[in-house]
Amino acid sequence: MSARETVRIVVDGEELEVKKGVTLAAALLDAGVYVFRRSVHGDPRAPLCGMGICQECRMTIDNVAHRRSCLITVMPGMVVSTGQVSP
Amino acid sequence: MSGVSELYVTDVAIIGAGPAGIAAAVRVAESGKRAVLVDEAPNVGGQIWRHRVDMAHKLPGAARRWIERLRSAGTAVTILTGTSIIDVRQEGGDSGFTLSGEREHTHCLVRAKNVIMATGARERWIPFPGWTLPGVFGVGGAQALLKAGVSFTGKRVIVAGTGPLLLPVAAAMAHDRARVLLVAEQAPSAAVASFALGLWRKPTALAQAARYRAAFRGTPYRMGQWITAARGDGHVEEVDVTDGRTTRTIACDAAAVGYGLVPNLELARVLGCEIASGAVRVDARQQTSCAGVYSAGEIAGVAGVDVALTEGEIAGLCATGRSAVARRLMARRDGLRKSIARMDRAFTPREELRSLTTAETIVCRCEDVAFGAIARARSSRQAKLYTRAGMGPCQGRVCGASLEFLLGWSSDAVRVPTEPVLMSTLMNGLPNTSRPITETRT
Repeated sequence: MSARETVRIVVDGEELEVKKGVTLAAALLDAGVYVFRRSVHGDPRAPLCGMGICQECRMTIDNVAHRRSCLITVMPGMVVSTGQVSP
Repeated sequence: MSGVSELYVTDVAIIGAGPAGIAAAVRVAESGKRAVLVDEAPNVGGQIWRHRVDMAHKLPGAARRWIERLRSAGTAVTILTGTSIIDVRQEGGDSGFTLSGEREHTHCLVRAKNVIMATGARERWIPFPGWTLPGVFGVGGAQALLKAGVSFTGKRVIVAGTGPLLLPVAAAMAHDRARVLLVAEQAPSAAVASFALGLWRKPTALAQAARYRAAFRGTPYRMGQWITAARGDGHVEEVDVTDGRTTRTIACDAAAVGYGLVPNLELARVLGCEIASGAVRVDARQQTSCAGVYSAGEIAGVAGVDVALTEGEIAGLCATGRSAVARRLMARRDGLRKSIARMDRAFTPREELRSLTTAETIVCRCEDVAFGAIARARSSRQAKLYTRAGMGPCQGRVCGASLEFLLGWSSDAVRVPTEPVLMSTLMNGLPNTSRPITETRT
């Protein structure tokens, strides 16, 4: 079943095997990633709306900053940095 | 790819590829005209028909049929998914409209004689202590993430807030083998009961509600209860639930909380379309106060998928000069719209919810501004100037509706670009810059 197929991506410098064919936000939540970005005060934030409205899921994806991970399909070899590491 | 723009020239530009946008595109194509159908998501379907490409066979029958009709339109409809529209302008004279957007890191323009707005709705959130914790989602948010591929299997989930959306979300969670501990509806049971009674004229809706309820039958569905706080170390671990008299704490792994839907009006406002009662005002032909601009679905008043499809069809027909064909659909729309008003009354957020947001509660999540600081201002404009509330990347899309509920402030300010985009997109979008353009005539 395709749901079991995975792709390898790099999250904060570490390789991670995640679900294939889903949005990056879904892949990361499923892999147990809770910190998508850090707020102005440094608090952890993760998706609220899941549909491109709230901007809480934004992160650096393949060297482009502030991309909404809920609107982008996960691709093999994708390199992302979350708010887990300080920029 | 910076320095390059893509240009699409077409008859009708349709913003939003949910049911309304899809139905509009299909009707435009059937009229022998061409359409460009734009959406931010990676796939067509909007929120209700959101699906993973490999899961398309799991969509409901109506969704599959409409998406199939869209596919059969072939080259008459150019589908631009993954595309954000940040500006819409009416050109001088009879030259129609120009949409400006970003697609795959590249600036794009769509020129069209007519525009159909089908931008849908987002959730209304009422901020409560801890609502910014990871693991607290919107109700529609949890549903969107579930459809996008997140697994809630084995997770302890609480669904709370208001409106008919709680039911399908709880059902979908249960179907995913989540442990749905509680569904808390803030509306009093009398209001929900009278709404349900009103459904007797719509047996299909009643049957669907019963099916949803059966799917999470092991879970208590409580009226007159709501979440007052969430706590956890870096992630939600427990929530407080109250009925207004006693409060209990429930341990959980995720909470889905939302208080109904509000239309996405930003682009309609940019064009100057008249807004009444929080929705785009339209005539019988779905035309807005701007000639040549039509609107369909939730932005003309949140009313669900059947209304969205019907209005999309009407807009598609009328935008291509076939309003005579749309006559029968107009009668159908009017009938459907009537039954929706009843729902709005049943699920109005109760007064007590105003005290959910404490002075320390973050209301503007983008700029981390607490309610106490915002409430000292006299208007949303003053709050922006003093506290930056509403000035972050979401541009008030989240806190706007919250502050409307909490303080009665209107959230009608809008400015282009309506969404954050790359600097190269902005540069290319400036007028009078000479730049290479890849033109596609659809």
